[in-house]
Amino acid sequence: MLNSRHLMAHSTYIPEVAHEANQAQIAHRVPLLVRLTHWTFTLSFFGLVVSGFAIILAHPHFYWGETGNILTPPLFSLPLPTMLGGPSGWGRSLHFQSAWLAVLSGLLYVISGVASRHFRNELLPAKQEFSLGAWRSCVADHLRLNRLTQNDGYNILQKLAYLGVVFVAFPLMILSGFAMSPSITSVLPWMVEVFGGHQTARTIHFFLANLLVLFLLVHVTMVALAGFTSRLTAMITGRPAAHKEIQ
Amino acid sequence: MSEPLSRRKMITAGLAATVTGVAGLTAAERIAHRYGLIPPDSGGVWGPGETLTYAAQRLLMSHHSMAREFNRSDISKAIPVSGEPPSAGLYKELLESSFRNWRIPIDGMVARPASFSIDELKRMPMSSQITHQACEEGWSFIAEWHGVQLSHVLNLVGVSAKAKYVVVNAYDENWDSLDLADAFHPQTFLTYGLNGDDLSTRHGAPLRLKVARQLGYKSVKFLSRITVTDSLKNIGSGKGSLSPDYGYSWYAGI
Repeated sequence: MLNSRHLMAHSTYIPEVAHEANQAQIAHRVPLLVRLTHWTFTLSFFGLVVSGFAIILAHPHFYWGETGNILTPPLFSLPLPTMLGGPSGWGRSLHFQSAWLAVLSGLLYVISGVASRHFRNELLPAKQEFSLGAWRSCVADHLRLNRLTQNDGYNILQKLAYLGVVFVAFPLMILSGFAMSPSITSVLPWMVEVFGGHQTARTIHFFLANLLVLFLLVHVTMVALAGFTSRLTAMITGRPAAHKEIQ
Repeated sequence: MSEPLSRRKMITAGLAATVTGVAGLTAAERIAHRYGLIPPDSGGVWGPGETLTYAAQRLLMSHHSMAREFNRSDISKAIPVSGEPPSAGLYKELLESSFRNWRIPIDGMVARPASFSIDELKRMPMSSQITHQACEEGWSFIAEWHGVQLSHVLNLVGVSAKAKYVVVNAYDENWDSLDLADAFHPQTFLTYGLNGDDLSTRHGAPLRLKVARQLGYKSVKFLSRITVTDSLKNIGSGKGSLSPDYGYSWYAGI
């Protein structure tokens, strides 16, 4: 409670503070399309990570610029064995199949989020959320693992993380992937030129993949802290589990 | 609304969606076949991805979109080579006589089957390109390639209107095929020169394919024969090239 009062002092309206009613009452039902695309995307994301790793095994060296090969100095190399054939073959097939599923699920999710005004109403931060006080209390809450179990509205860190992943990281991931395709860049050369070269695009694709895996780890950690069973049930059936999690 | 009713509704809607989906996919497949949007390795577990990628790229690319070209100053100082030239058999004999007896036959669905020596190919109009070649493994280089456009040779022999693919065979048992969009593309060369010199054996002497809009493995080395065909079903395992047998895609435009 002390914490809530502290928060109140800094912000005009923060939904978390407005009501501390029980979860079931305030929980919004997760729309079917969001649940469906969440899980097809989860599946494709695992396919992309596994196959991305398999592809790297064929050449675990990264470069900057247009070209790079064993006769040029790498920007960095991963301490992995070089495996020719095998993983990079099925890896590439799995990567593209997963990428199609990811892009189609992602598109469906973004279109539904725009149409339902989910992004504008629930994810676009209000001006006052950028105030120093609001930031401070939000970060402090995270550090103390306070109020993570509540189910009413996103805080500023969540909003920025989700918007960043959906509207910055994933589009950049797709773009840097396209940049490595000799046929796509024959039609749209700017896709590789914005990165400054084929190998730079490959390296950025790798960095972004790491960032997204990091996001996934934080995402799953936060879900675990907020009540794993309840949140998982909500993402499957649409409603959180009936029983109360530890607050 | 009672629970059973909504469930029945859901099942009905699900069935309707499935039937529509299957009918839609069947229709889409017929149309795709008609417009040449189905790759020869469209079967199997990776078929959907291969087909979506190939179809989307063929629709996106105007047939003559050009791979990026570079300046001479961008040319890589050293070019790594993967694989070794064939060390025995006919290729060894041809190499020992400096390819004097080498000729490449072009046959199949053509009006005037023919064969050409390297000198005859060199007397045809020479084209050059400074392009980026990326290996499927991830590494890449820029080089200048010299050769004759495959389209020039195909026009000399006269390709049948029913033809759909150009198959290339090599002395190292490798084989591959191109659809006509890539076979007639201005940057698809029968290549006999690299960075101002004759092609070295390590780079595929005396003649290799150069397909600028696809990954390196599509630029087959040590060419021995070119065949024009309307179907790939009876060649090898019927998937359009040797690559699918090793887990790689037939289409390497990625």
